[in-house]
Amino acid sequence: MILALGACIAALLAAVGGGFLRGSLQRTALCLLLGVSGLLAIVAGMAGLLENPATLTLPLGLPWLPMHVRIDALASFFLLVIGALLTPVAVYSQGYLRHERRLAAMGVFLPLFVLGMFGVVLADDAFSFMLFWELMSVSSYFLVTFEHEQPENRKAGFIYLLMAHLAGLLILGSFAVLYAAGGSFEFVSMRNAELTPFWASVAFLLAALGFGTKAGVAPMHGWLPDAHPVAPSNVSALMSGIMLKVAIFGFVRLAWDLIGTANFQWWWGVLVLAAGSSSAVFGVLFALQQHDLKRLLAYHSIENVGIILIGLGLSMLLAHFGHPLLAALGLIAGLYHTINHALFKGLLFMGAGAVLHASGTRDMESMGGLIHRMPATSLFFLVASISISALPPFNGFVSEWLTFQTALMAPQLGAALLTAIVPFSAAMLALAGALAAACFVKVFGVVFLGHARSEAVAGAREVDGWMKLGMAIPALCCLLLGLLPVLFVPLMDAIPRALLDVSLAGHVHAHGWLWLSPVDVSRASYSAPVALAGMLAIGGLAFWWLHPKGTTVRRGPIWSCGTPNLNARMQYNATSFSQPLRRIFGGVLQPDEHVHMEYPAHKLLTKKVRHVLHVADPAVRHLHRPIGDFVLNLARIVQQEHQRGIHAYLAWTFATVLLLLAVFA
Amino acid sequence: MNTALIQQIIDGLAALMLLVSFSLLAQHRMLSVLHWFAVQGWLLAITSAFVAYGTGHHELYVSAAMTLLLKGLLLPWLLWRVIKRLHVHREVEPLVNLTLTMLIALGITLFSFHIIQPIEKISQLLTRDSMAIATACVLLGMLMMITRRKAITQVVGFLAVENALFFAAIGSTNGMPLVVEIGIAFDVLIAALIFGLFFFQIRTTFDSLEVDAMHASLVEREEEE
Repeated sequence: MILALGACIAALLAAVGGGFLRGSLQRTALCLLLGVSGLLAIVAGMAGLLENPATLTLPLGLPWLPMHVRIDALASFFLLVIGALLTPVAVYSQGYLRHERRLAAMGVFLPLFVLGMFGVVLADDAFSFMLFWELMSVSSYFLVTFEHEQPENRKAGFIYLLMAHLAGLLILGSFAVLYAAGGSFEFVSMRNAELTPFWASVAFLLAALGFGTKAGVAPMHGWLPDAHPVAPSNVSALMSGIMLKVAIFGFVRLAWDLIGTANFQWWWGVLVLAAGSSSAVFGVLFALQQHDLKRLLAYHSIENVGIILIGLGLSMLLAHFGHPLLAALGLIAGLYHTINHALFKGLLFMGAGAVLHASGTRDMESMGGLIHRMPATSLFFLVASISISALPPFNGFVSEWLTFQTALMAPQLGAALLTAIVPFSAAMLALAGALAAACFVKVFGVVFLGHARSEAVAGAREVDGWMKLGMAIPALCCLLLGLLPVLFVPLMDAIPRALLDVSLAGHVHAHGWLWLSPVDVSRASYSAPVALAGMLAIGGLAFWWLHPKGTTVRRGPIWSCGTPNLNARMQYNATSFSQPLRRIFGGVLQPDEHVHMEYPAHKLLTKKVRHVLHVADPAVRHLHRPIGDFVLNLARIVQQEHQRGIHAYLAWTFATVLLLLAVFA
Repeated sequence: MNTALIQQIIDGLAALMLLVSFSLLAQHRMLSVLHWFAVQGWLLAITSAFVAYGTGHHELYVSAAMTLLLKGLLLPWLLWRVIKRLHVHREVEPLVNLTLTMLIALGITLFSFHIIQPIEKISQLLTRDSMAIATACVLLGMLMMITRRKAITQVVGFLAVENALFFAAIGSTNGMPLVVEIGIAFDVLIAALIFGLFFFQIRTTFDSLEVDAMHASLVEREEEE
């Protein structure tokens, strides 16, 4: 507890340091204090997972409502997630912010943003929860609009602020329902409140919509692909890596802890499962069509939040149908993916930041060949790409494998409809995983392999030691979490113990310390070290067979089918890579694609070809924009009413008086 | 005179009050609007005198006298002077035609009687039956403000609302304390004077006393800017 508060205080100090100091001292103080804050959070999270819950009432806040903080298993785990990414990002920022002139805004709002996330995780009453939640939302707005000179950044920031407030409002509504039932803002009384099924559903729906909006679940994700790319990369790493996770935390806290697993209804789980599956597939499909590197990563965040929700939704279903052990497995799978996604998505954004830093562009169509110029960055990026594609031996595989294991238990649910829905959602998850792998083949191939497509990229240089170190830490963590789930899953075991009253610890080790066997030894087990050893053996054999001793690699000119004047733009690029999938999923993507050919004399003598492609987000087109237009129209009508004369005003007053008399008299 | 008779008289005066409110709405000419406004003031004074007699609250005589002077004589004279000075068009110029206005007024009166019913059942006062009429008169005054085009008719409507409120005060609580009443009386007087000043100002600024003209001119000015 002391450590957790220490992390908060370090973040606060960082805000002071970042705001008032100047020059390189400002940057160093900011990054050092944030790093310390992250380390403290890691230690506090570890300690909290191993110890019993501790509560504390702080002499802060409103006179009749002091702040309550509590560190339990769930809060500890998310502290750990925050700390695990915050520390490397702080190290990375030391290098990344070197050439930034105006640090004041970043110096104040980055630590406040971090403080907000700590506060949300630690809060033990609705008032401090909302206070820190808003602190997090508002300070991240200032970070999104850090480069506010560009109008599109301001627009993205505005949409982000709007959606964040909408989410805040919905969450507030959910707390209001719980407050009415429990009679107090403290979580203790909300936990013990008796809820009727109707009000429990209302609270759940409000919370799901609110946290879903903030977490970027389709179709409420409209703000996310705009806001993440425009923020500075170290901020995007934190926003995508942790802030979305804090929304997941809020959802778990409200649904599992406050509303309680006893109140679950079957359709809640189905709803979460459906939202998760559609987000996963939708996110990755649109990610494939992006050629802005950071925007692509932002769409992948939608996909991964979907995967987390699939785990949680399965767990809700299983908990409702009386399989707490399997529910615990689903919960662990979802939360495991939470920390995994924080690590590899943070790493990917840092890598994208390094590329942006070196080449000055986010457009993949002008990159290429960076593996020769930035070998370390490309190695770390490759690690993260393998992790996010859910390939062993890295961490993404473990959590998706656990999710699949849970989904395979669907026949135990009993209800015929549900046994049909769950495999469908597992199939969606498999599809999303395959498409994600395709997408990262595209990213890595286009950005790092081949030849440079522009002058700026050709002149790119490797980033400095701080940034390399900042990326090395999460890459190592990805490997460790992938290799040693047997050690990490028992550490997380405190969460299902607290929320579901069951423990997985005894089952995990059933087959010895090397094998992770989540359900039953006879069903499935996975051992990452063995898998890694097998992969290394096969890879080594293949290498040995393909490159026998004594032969040297021969390099020659590229065979061009006889065409003269090869140039870098003739390479297979991001748009061409995604073309087959664009064709297959044309019904969903609805691409706006035109090819303009210019042939002055004959069709065979083509002079110029222009290819125009635009893939619009259907959620923005069919959901966000109509709602926005509706609100604007309403505002226009009200404005016209405002413009009318005094008679109209009097008539409105009169009508109001009559109405009030009729209603209340 | 016995209480029953006093109550009969007060009820009769209240009915007259409602009638006058209707006739205020029904007038075509500016001057007759003023006449009926003066009549309303007189009726108010007489009612308050009868209530003073019936309840034995003697300070109500003072307020009756003040009402007579102020609302029966001074305010109508002030408004008459404004009309003369400014050469206001003699027609009332309604926004909604008179027949429709009267129908709406009828509906509003029925509505007021309907909503006052629960209050009348619990009240023990001499004047309890007049409550519904007072409410109806307030609403009719507002209706007058809405449906008339000229600023002066709106002021008359406003003053009629004030009269009706005064009537309601007499009806529901046997009159307010004298100090309060004197205060209100002066407020109304000052309001009337300020309105008068405004009329001159508005006329010199907008060349018209029609409210729509002010609005149109403001919009034009905004567009020019």
